[in-house]
Amino acid sequence: MLKYLLQRLATIVPTLAFVSILIFGLQQLLPGDPALALAGEERDEEVIRYLRQKFHLDEPLPLRYWYWLSGVLHGDLGDSVRIQRPVTDLILEKLPVTLQLAAMAIVIALVIGITAGVIAAVKKDTAWDYAANVFALWGLSTPNFWLGILLILLFAVQLGWLPASGYVSPFEDLKGSLAAMIMPAFVLGNAFAAVLMRHTRSAMLQVLSSDYVRTARAKGLDERVVVLKHALRNALIPVITLGALGLGELLGGAVLTEQVFTIPGFGKLIVDAVFNRDYSVVQGVVLFTATVYITLNLLADLAYFLVNPRMRH
Amino acid sequence: MRRTVRLMRRTLLSCLLAVLVSAAGGALAQSTLRIGLAEDPDVLDPTLARTFVGRIVFAGLCDKLFDLDEKLNIVPQLATSYEWSTDNKALTIKLRPGVSFHDGEKMDAAAVKFNLERHKNTAGSTRRSELAPVASVDVVDPLTVRLNLSAPFAPLLTVLTDRSGMMVSPKAAAAAGEKFGAKPVCSGPFRFVERVAQDRIVLERFPGYWNKDAIHFDRVVYQPIVDATVRLANLRSGQLDFIERLAGSDVAGLKSDRRFKIDRIVEIGYQGIYFNVGKGEPGDKSPVGRDPRVREAFELALDRAALVKVAMDGEAQPGNQWVPPSNRYYAKNVPIPKRDVAKAKALLAAAGVPNPSVTLMTPTTSDAQRIAQVVQSMAKEAGFDIKIQSTEFASSLSLADKGQYEAYVLAWSGRADPDGNLQAHLGCKAPLNYSGYCNKEVDELINQSRTTLDPVQRVKLYEQIAARVDKDRPIVFIFHRHWLWAHSAKLTGLRTVPDGLVRVQGLRMN
Repeated sequence: MLKYLLQRLATIVPTLAFVSILIFGLQQLLPGDPALALAGEERDEEVIRYLRQKFHLDEPLPLRYWYWLSGVLHGDLGDSVRIQRPVTDLILEKLPVTLQLAAMAIVIALVIGITAGVIAAVKKDTAWDYAANVFALWGLSTPNFWLGILLILLFAVQLGWLPASGYVSPFEDLKGSLAAMIMPAFVLGNAFAAVLMRHTRSAMLQVLSSDYVRTARAKGLDERVVVLKHALRNALIPVITLGALGLGELLGGAVLTEQVFTIPGFGKLIVDAVFNRDYSVVQGVVLFTATVYITLNLLADLAYFLVNPRMRH
Repeated sequence: MRRTVRLMRRTLLSCLLAVLVSAAGGALAQSTLRIGLAEDPDVLDPTLARTFVGRIVFAGLCDKLFDLDEKLNIVPQLATSYEWSTDNKALTIKLRPGVSFHDGEKMDAAAVKFNLERHKNTAGSTRRSELAPVASVDVVDPLTVRLNLSAPFAPLLTVLTDRSGMMVSPKAAAAAGEKFGAKPVCSGPFRFVERVAQDRIVLERFPGYWNKDAIHFDRVVYQPIVDATVRLANLRSGQLDFIERLAGSDVAGLKSDRRFKIDRIVEIGYQGIYFNVGKGEPGDKSPVGRDPRVREAFELALDRAALVKVAMDGEAQPGNQWVPPSNRYYAKNVPIPKRDVAKAKALLAAAGVPNPSVTLMTPTTSDAQRIAQVVQSMAKEAGFDIKIQSTEFASSLSLADKGQYEAYVLAWSGRADPDGNLQAHLGCKAPLNYSGYCNKEVDELINQSRTTLDPVQRVKLYEQIAARVDKDRPIVFIFHRHWLWAHSAKLTGLRTVPDGLVRVQGLRMN
């Protein structure tokens, strides 16, 4: 066990080093001079010179990489040039926001997708089934930003039920937080609900035609018990795996939703940083994300190792 | 009977108490002004700040030595009066007595000296070039300060109506160092409470403000909402009281809604098309960069009024100079030329390029894209073959800076003094001279206009500059956008100053 753990940890170090080089290198490919972008409208030569010096922009690339890396190794991801705040603080401030959005989106997607999938399978080839399929098609083909704007116009402007945009922390005001997040979470979860619906439907159809379900029905069990207790449980296994995988996708998809609903999350942080050439923020956020993914991967491997006895030998 | 009287007395007392409590509650209720911004401001330090939108927040946070009125006249704010020396090389400013910073420190002549020196000497200061002619600052007495200049500098007072004139607490600035912008301490009507990046900036009323009777809100919250539709939706749903930069296409829809009002101001900046006339290739090789006749033909192919109508939903004022025609410094001897396709064709024929090809670089903003498309179709009628090259804004600026373009659609937010729209853009080797334009005669005239304080003389100099620049056309100025503000009809006291900043003094919710 210890040997395996050490082996895996040993692979993490070069992976992270490679990732850090990649992040740093790719960013240099971004067109546009960062010193010019940061110097503001006036473009004072002195300011540009100062910015180049401050961020080592006039030094060779490997040396710049080294400056950045030594900061990172000391736990310093640098400061945002634009607003003069430590990148670590910004990450810690924004991450919970996006996690809340993605978590709410996945709950919405699971509830809508599984319910619609079960109904479509049970009522196969009826109006219910067709309606669920139309919903799935609509969910997959509706662009997030368009749906977002429509929902804002309906629920915020016309009906006045929900705030048009913005974010409220659940620790400050739970009700306000849910009200602010329900529309963006629906928009984000909507397309994924459609995918889940299609998968639930096909898994349910397969399970409903299996022998054990026929036996259960032959035993005279109530149809509701057959569907919800016997069939759905088995059908849900691949759907839940899909749901877990989808969380990563939703985090990525949150970028656009955060823009439309002006949610100050992780996605908005990185998009704004790229446009403003706030390099330390871009580098910090991408490195942080990569580290999280690599760590989760390691934990998953360790879990397999613990669960599967064959891997231990 | 006695019981009944006692009961009545109790009921009356409880009613009275309820009324008093509710009245007290009403008085305690916080009144908040919620302002929707089109972008997230950058650092909130007047010395380092770079964005237009940051100046809107500063208008609530940091008072300046002088301010501007609706007609761009200079009016006192932290200063009460000023006087130029006879050789125009020293400006003596009298300061308002009894003004303090948000941390209780005194705003006096020593603080002004500290601030001007901070603007000039802080590494990375974006104020340094504006204050370059200020050689030294003398404290004459606690309420008088003298700015000694290396040469007379006409735009100085206007410069002091913006961030260079903003005073921050010397004690707080010295303590915070580079991090001052994270928690700014000024002397404006509202003091800093908190900032959540990309979400909100919260200010609260400063009880010690020198002009506190003009302040009618307890808090101001600035919320950056980039998308104009979502910004408007927030206003319509009552989450915001005021939004800046309403989209021109939304004006018609909002006009019919009595709950809101729209204010319209002609900006002090401009929208122009820059030509690479002196930055080497590809300008050298392109007919439009090489030959002023081709640029004249380009201008004559444009119908500015139609362009404004189609590309800007009518929300701009056509123009042909660095200041709008309504500005007192507009050179009347160079009026807006009328569209003349026949003359444009004749000019192209004379230049030997009846169908010149031009690559027009355009930032990816929707306004710039629409302008480029309309320009493309108008110029086509005169024989131009325009290829639109859409480029992300920061990248396009970088390309323009290196001279790697032929023509470029670019807007300038503008400065209240005409010099801010002129020298940096058309002066030889000036920082914003993307055209690479250099005309010694124009340069000399610009320098004269900077050292001439008399407005009448300045207008005469601008007339000469305009006539000369009109021959070379390194920039074709097209129009001046309208700042469109939308707000609750209950919000009164708004002052529509052409710099587009929201002054909170006098604002009231009825």
